[in-house]
Amino acid sequence: MMEVCGSTNVSLREFGCEQTLLSRPDGSASFVQGDTSVIAAVYGPAEVKVSKEIYDRATLEVLIQPKVGLPSVRERSQEQCVRETCEASLLLTLHPRSSLTLVLQLIHDDGSRLACFLNAACMALMDAGLPMSCLFCGVTCAINADSEIITDPTAAQEKESRALMTFAIDSKEQRVMMSYTKGSFSVHELQQCIAVSQKASENIFQFYRDSVRRRYSKNL
Amino acid sequence: MAAGFKIAEPLEYHRSFLKENCRPDGRELSEFRTTTLNIGSISTADGSALVKVGNTTVMCGIKVELTNPLVEAPGKGFIVPNVDLPPLCSSRFRPGPPGEQAQAASQFIADVIESSEVIQTEDLCIERGKLCWVLYCDMMCVDYDGNVLDACIIALLAALKNTKLPEVTINKDTGSTRTSFCVFDDSILIVDPTAEEEGLSTSHLTVVTDEKERLCVVHKPGGTPLSAEKLQECIGRATARQREIQKLVDKVVHSVKTAQ
Repeated sequence: MMEVCGSTNVSLREFGCEQTLLSRPDGSASFVQGDTSVIAAVYGPAEVKVSKEIYDRATLEVLIQPKVGLPSVRERSQEQCVRETCEASLLLTLHPRSSLTLVLQLIHDDGSRLACFLNAACMALMDAGLPMSCLFCGVTCAINADSEIITDPTAAQEKESRALMTFAIDSKEQRVMMSYTKGSFSVHELQQCIAVSQKASENIFQFYRDSVRRRYSKNL
Repeated sequence: MAAGFKIAEPLEYHRSFLKENCRPDGRELSEFRTTTLNIGSISTADGSALVKVGNTTVMCGIKVELTNPLVEAPGKGFIVPNVDLPPLCSSRFRPGPPGEQAQAASQFIADVIESSEVIQTEDLCIERGKLCWVLYCDMMCVDYDGNVLDACIIALLAALKNTKLPEVTINKDTGSTRTSFCVFDDSILIVDPTAEEEGLSTSHLTVVTDEKERLCVVHKPGGTPLSAEKLQECIGRATARQREIQKLVDKVVHSVKTAQ
């Protein structure tokens, strides 16, 4: 089932999401933002390697697979961002000494890929039915040469931009969970971008809600 | 007694200090450890620096080589940063290929160089499309006691100031400094965390500012959410720290020059 989110005041590209599209993982989701597309799969809670075991909570492992070639240093640093965001929202203490694996496969990159990874990850974790304290979503903002803020930029817009910021916003109080920036910008611009992202996050959480509601209304 | 309490209940131990607005090592919440800097420590490298932030020690060596520029970017040279966290510096690192933390740190440094435009890669070009410089910046952590990224940036900056290219000299630095913060128990903010504090905290935040007080990087890899006021507080502290470090680097560079 595919749904599309029409954008209102903050301009986001068309969103699409499909959950439980893979049969083997415990939870899976594909997330599409314009032409950027990611598939996420979650395995677990399962047995953990002794060397990675944590005595009071589950070990979360995030793997990001690029479209071609092997994961590089850039993927490693994005893995770290996604992992620490998921760790903060998941209630890992409910599954001590077990492992959770989140695999993110990039299908096509047309900008805002870290945001798309985060959104796909959240939908997959939801699909796996893992207990979470809040949901999160990713929003990318680009500041172009004319100092305009573009939300959810395409690859071409990213290339032209002066600064690029990706935030993870939580659903409870809409605060910033993760931030990843490139390029230089002023404090005022940062605050503007955070405010815009928080506004955009409302639309994304509404999209989450609609897409899950539609899915369950069909199942019942 | 206190030692036993520290081992058995590390989080409670730290909380009892933070309640009184101080930290186990006697610092205030927003106080940095003493930072010492030595440049030109490795005579065989083209530029080098040794930085100590408390116990955390990072060594940076810069090797300069000639190479062909890429066909896509004929007018640009290269800067290749690499952060090494060997088993020597802490028990948390194992021998073998670099772990996630080391790779993420290398990527972070590369992002900082690109965002802050510390060095314009165009300046490293000698003959367009034919010859350019490549700077290999290797940062090696000798002693890991938290806040290793701060130390890496200071070391890199000082080593770059120390680097002289034959014929062409680079000195287009804009100088950037970063400040690390830790969030404790979702609400208490501390700066310049030690390894122990890093392990117990719920979130990390890194702010990089340049000389003109523009932000280059605001890096927060997940963790508990942060409110706008706290973020503002962090940025304010980071700009203050930037001035301190700038002064330190300038002083050391100046003292080296006068000694020569």
